[in-house]
Amino acid sequence: MAETMKIQQTLDCKGLLCPLPIIKLSKAIKGIQVGEIVEMLATDPGSVPDVKAFQAQTGHEILASEQQAGVYRFLVKRTK
Amino acid sequence: MGEKTKRLAMVASKGTLDQAYPPLILATTAAAMGWEVGIFFTFYGLDILHKKRLEHLQVSPVGNPAMPPPIPAIPMLKVPTFMGALPGMTAMATTMMKGWMAKAKLPTVKEMLDLCVEADVQLIACATTMGVMGIRQEDLIPQAQCAGATTFLDYASAADVSLFI
Repeated sequence: MAETMKIQQTLDCKGLLCPLPIIKLSKAIKGIQVGEIVEMLATDPGSVPDVKAFQAQTGHEILASEQQAGVYRFLVKRTK
Repeated sequence: MGEKTKRLAMVASKGTLDQAYPPLILATTAAAMGWEVGIFFTFYGLDILHKKRLEHLQVSPVGNPAMPPPIPAIPMLKVPTFMGALPGMTAMATTMMKGWMAKAKLPTVKEMLDLCVEADVQLIACATTMGVMGIRQEDLIPQAQCAGATTFLDYASAADVSLFI
């Protein structure tokens, strides 16, 4: 399902640790329109619960959270 | 998510390199989630806002049993904590920590402060510390606002999360 959605921006956060991935995700969300999607790639295992907590705190929606070959991939939609 | 903007109020009371990071990491993260953030820098914590000193924060090996052995392959060579008091050990511990941080692509203290400023984090310089330690407003980064404990408590009284670091 994720593959058919239009991704507005891709953030490469591979190799970065907290707090950088969430700071970059937050900036990217501010830079897109409501309804648009950011893709984030990360290698920090902490990013999995952190992106979930980002959703809980901000309301921006996680459409996908998956892992392939040590890389975590998230799709986050701006909701407001 | 609640209607009201959440607020994080922190006291940063330590001026070592390792202790400078937790408040800065929490501040930038909270701001990234849309929270209001204020940090009250007091006593040695004020060095984090000091234009010259913030670039030279150090790790103290004295009384720090967490310091790793200098040669990771030979853990039994771990330096006894009392040797942390020897000349040059603080510089060595600081160099080691800065090396790990650079390898992990962690921003420097200055870069973390820039992220705080960009995210409108309130950086409050403790007025009493400035008086006790002879630190002037012009010694601090321009975004530092001088205020006392009353200002911080007024700010913190409306906070959802308050931390002393």
